[in-house]
Amino acid sequence: MSGRRASGRRSRTDSEARLPPESHSPPSVILLQELPSYQSILRRRASVTGAHDWQQGSSGYAREHGRPTGPQSGAAVGSLREHPLSIQQKRKLRDIQQANIKYLSGWNQWKQTSRKSWKKFLEEIKEAASYLELWRHDIHSIEGKFGTGVQAYFSFLRFLVVLNFVIFVLMFSFITLPTIISKYGVFNSSYVKVPPKNIEPQCTIYNPDGPKGLVYFYSYIIDLLSGTGFLELTSLFYGYYAIDSIKIVVIKYNVPLAYLLTTFAYLALSLIWIVKRSVEGFKQNLVRDEDQFQSYCNKIFAGWDFCITDLNAARLKHSSLQYELKTDLEEERLRQKIAERTTQEKLRIYCLRIFLNIIVLWVLLGCFYSIYRATVFSQELISSDNDSTAEDNLLVQYLPSIVITLANFIAPQIFAVIIGLEDYSPAFEIRLTLMRCVFVRLANIGVLLFSLGTQISSCATAKCKACGYNYELYPCWESRVGQEMYKLMIFDFLIIFAVTVFVDFPRKLIVTYCSARPFQWCGLQEFRIPENVLEIIYGQTICWIGTFYSPLLPAIATLKYFIVFYIKKISLMHTCKPSTRPFRASSSHFFFLLVLLIGLMLAFIPLGLSMAQIPSSKACGPFINFNTSWAVIPDTVDGLPTGLQKFLYGIASEAFAVPFFIVMCLMMFYFIALAEAHKRVVNQLKEQLVMECRDKQFLIRKLTEAQKHG
Amino acid sequence: MGGSASSVPPDLLGEYQELTFLTKQEILIAHKRFSELVPKEERDQILSARVPKDKVVTLPELRANPFQHRICRVFSTAEDGDDSLSFEDFLDMLSVFSDAATSEIKSHYAFRIFDFDDDGTLDRKDLENLVNCLTGDADGTRLSTSEMDQLIQNILEESDIDKDGTINLSEFQHVISRSPDFASSFKIVL
Repeated sequence: MSGRRASGRRSRTDSEARLPPESHSPPSVILLQELPSYQSILRRRASVTGAHDWQQGSSGYAREHGRPTGPQSGAAVGSLREHPLSIQQKRKLRDIQQANIKYLSGWNQWKQTSRKSWKKFLEEIKEAASYLELWRHDIHSIEGKFGTGVQAYFSFLRFLVVLNFVIFVLMFSFITLPTIISKYGVFNSSYVKVPPKNIEPQCTIYNPDGPKGLVYFYSYIIDLLSGTGFLELTSLFYGYYAIDSIKIVVIKYNVPLAYLLTTFAYLALSLIWIVKRSVEGFKQNLVRDEDQFQSYCNKIFAGWDFCITDLNAARLKHSSLQYELKTDLEEERLRQKIAERTTQEKLRIYCLRIFLNIIVLWVLLGCFYSIYRATVFSQELISSDNDSTAEDNLLVQYLPSIVITLANFIAPQIFAVIIGLEDYSPAFEIRLTLMRCVFVRLANIGVLLFSLGTQISSCATAKCKACGYNYELYPCWESRVGQEMYKLMIFDFLIIFAVTVFVDFPRKLIVTYCSARPFQWCGLQEFRIPENVLEIIYGQTICWIGTFYSPLLPAIATLKYFIVFYIKKISLMHTCKPSTRPFRASSSHFFFLLVLLIGLMLAFIPLGLSMAQIPSSKACGPFINFNTSWAVIPDTVDGLPTGLQKFLYGIASEAFAVPFFIVMCLMMFYFIALAEAHKRVVNQLKEQLVMECRDKQFLIRKLTEAQKHG
Repeated sequence: MGGSASSVPPDLLGEYQELTFLTKQEILIAHKRFSELVPKEERDQILSARVPKDKVVTLPELRANPFQHRICRVFSTAEDGDDSLSFEDFLDMLSVFSDAATSEIKSHYAFRIFDFDDDGTLDRKDLENLVNCLTGDADGTRLSTSEMDQLIQNILEESDIDKDGTINLSEFQHVISRSPDFASSFKIVL
């Protein structure tokens, strides 16, 4: 703010400095010359004609600042560096300001110096913190070679590493650490195992196979990959935390409550963090959506990535910019063509689109059905034959993951073909394909969880009904879900690794060393940002869902993304070619976070349902005594003092909820109305601006005419 | 670096920190990079040396940049207009292109860089130059005349608020303030 004010002031002094030779002209001319646009021209001229005029400008400045101007000069101190001047001029300016300080009272002087040193201190902290930033150098070099779009992808990856690490710290310190401490009796701590009450005895049978007798090495590997066997009873999974409360010296630590609250905490933390990061992008998106007529200016004025340092990258940027501009112009013509379409043509296109959408629907249903079948099949095999070879059969264990990966791979290919037939504009084509791919990816996880859920809660016998879940197949169903998520995550990682090593790398070798036509024609793999982002968001969604059932999953996710960063970097630098389609940093930031948010929302649904609806396992975990996981909350509230209890119940009751909802609605309406009003004002101002500019031009024309005659 | 490549004196360092958007570390890196451009015999007085334009544009950060000559012109304080840069000019440049610089100052300098004929407004000729810089100046990469006309027409329609056929600084800053990509693309980090 103050910077703008100061620059406006400076420009006036510029014009003052240049005015004297012309000051014989009538007062109206001086009036016109004080118009802002004229001043900006003057300022530009002054800066172009060279240092001489600038010197005059700053001496003009000196004149104005020679008088102590009180608070104004104080406001200018912080913004010294915000003047578009060279260092020498800024130095002069600073000397003037410092001279001004002498006129100030002691208190103000102290205020200014302390503000300055505080600022300096903050800067130093910031600088120190920047050293701690992960991969600063790597990301910088990627940016230099491939532009801001790719850089956004890697920054996003870094964000996920940090997010997962924080979630891990949260889970570890509030769930795993207390449990381990108490189990080993550190700090005189003791723990109370959950005393089972009023539970059907058959529900409590849970004997996962520990290491028994002779264990082959390969079965260790299988256990490691599928989370069964010796891994099942470690702190990795839900079943391990079968503790009711921990006593450390005098503090009583309620494990079930802590478990549930930590789960809420990590979900809330993720939500807040993502929303906070996306707010900026969302604002920009709103501004941009409001008038799409800015697209060309954005492309021209902000088109070049000044951070590009690589000549090849520069060449690529040239061609991608050219391509983008050409397609945009083409699209504009296409739009005109579309507007001229006859009814018959329109009808034909709509019929075609409906038909193709039905095909898309069928593809989706096919994917979902095969995932459902595969999950049911593999679950039945795993659970029914506990000691046969099926348990060791890795293929059965990984069947759902394999089917999901296949679906994720095949469906987008089909969509890519279909979209070409649908006759949309190029920009919309990209967006629609992306939306479909996002849908497939996330819906696949949903279907997997749905099939697991139906398996878990399917009950045929009365005995089973007493437990509330299928106790024969799933003595500890939470651990089983955790295992599924664990497998999905491991498999996802293996696929990322394998594709780079066994597909992209040989492809690079063949294309480089084999000059045969077909190989050359197919070329190198393109580094497509949207697909890569979808891949890691898919992994993140799995992590969010799985963390409740497998508290240490975030640690694995952190490690996974850490390695993926290097895999992707190597693949980008050596085996892939950058995409010819430009992907803008602004749109990408927002797009990444939006899809991530959708993933998080998707994670809320199964977690919420399983906490509130499906009865918790009676054989393992902290919630043995509670009907569902959620039941621990009312139970805790009952133990609180009556006043607080009444207050909490009051908040949860309809008497509070309904008015709260109404107030929220009213506030929303108010903001909508406010936004509308702002929009109207903006439009009015715009019109006014154009009118004033016309008036000004008219007046100038009149004046010049008058001057000629007179 | 020989022993002659002295470092920046602490009081100057503090001054530069105050007057630019650069951190201490960035200033030191800039100093090192600048001293590599200065011929050996002048290394003693780096702060007063000027590096000619041909040498500045060999920096990797500017090498691939189609606006390299404009950047030198805008940031040079040379009296004789040979576009050479002193160390302070160099710092000025890095300061404007740094992450910490405000978008106001960035857009101000962007305007000057894009104003090829230095006349204070972006007219059709400037825009044509600008687009050619973006798409590459070779014959194969240029847009055709009709495309160029359409494009410039579109740009003017979007940004020329007062409809005088040129874009002035305030119009430019207005457009830039709504451009989501500008802040992330208009930066150079050593």
